[in-house]
Amino acid sequence: MDDAIRLTYEISPDDFTRAGEASSDVKRKLKQMGVSPEAVRKVAIAMYEGEINMVIHAKGGEIRVEITPEKIIMILDDVGPGIPDVELAMKAGYSTAPDEVRSLGFGAGMGLPNMKNYTDSMDIDTRIGVGTKITMVVNI
Amino acid sequence: MTVQELWDSGLLKQINEGDDMDREISKLFCCDLLSIAMSKAPAGCAWVTVMGNMNTLAVASLSDAACVIMAEGAHLDETALTKAKMQGIAVMETELPIFDAALAIHQRLTGA
Repeated sequence: MDDAIRLTYEISPDDFTRAGEASSDVKRKLKQMGVSPEAVRKVAIAMYEGEINMVIHAKGGEIRVEITPEKIIMILDDVGPGIPDVELAMKAGYSTAPDEVRSLGFGAGMGLPNMKNYTDSMDIDTRIGVGTKITMVVNI
Repeated sequence: MTVQELWDSGLLKQINEGDDMDREISKLFCCDLLSIAMSKAPAGCAWVTVMGNMNTLAVASLSDAACVIMAEGAHLDETALTKAKMQGIAVMETELPIFDAALAIHQRLTGA
């Protein structure tokens, strides 16, 4: 029997006032389910960074979260420009964020490295002009 | 030291009372870059910053900080204050520079 819990969130582009709502909701739900604080923190950090990336770089998109007794899977699916050089984007400190985003305290080039560091696996499937799909897994 | 004890200490201006004032403050953390704060802020920390937009509150909540201290006379903007109230995040302010503010709190925390 499939006992996974599935959650879906729409992410609006350019809306910094709402950025973090999806991650906060997932964090709250995981806490209520009694998931360990360490796993909750990893999911919250990785998902928030992904959410912010979608707000900054993509034209919004969708985040799907699947929670099973063993792991939490986060799929971030956007319709953005794609990542031309994934290896470069993964380098800490590399950023293409515009100045107005930096003035909000983001754009330090830590997003993707943080997402990788705080998850047990991360896969990036990106196509120029089509979008990016990032799948992250945190083991419980 | 708990958040309540810091709140009552007279060191800082009281801005928003949080939901969990009995929480023990684990350590001090200073950072204005949210991406770094997000990954490095220790759970239960008192986070000292000058960044007062609503993303500060999202980061404080997601990284599980115990409270936010606005230093250098910086304030939360209106949207951020509303968010702090909604999410029950303790926020205090001081005119002190970041280092001095953190040091003053650290000395109370450790009794040094």
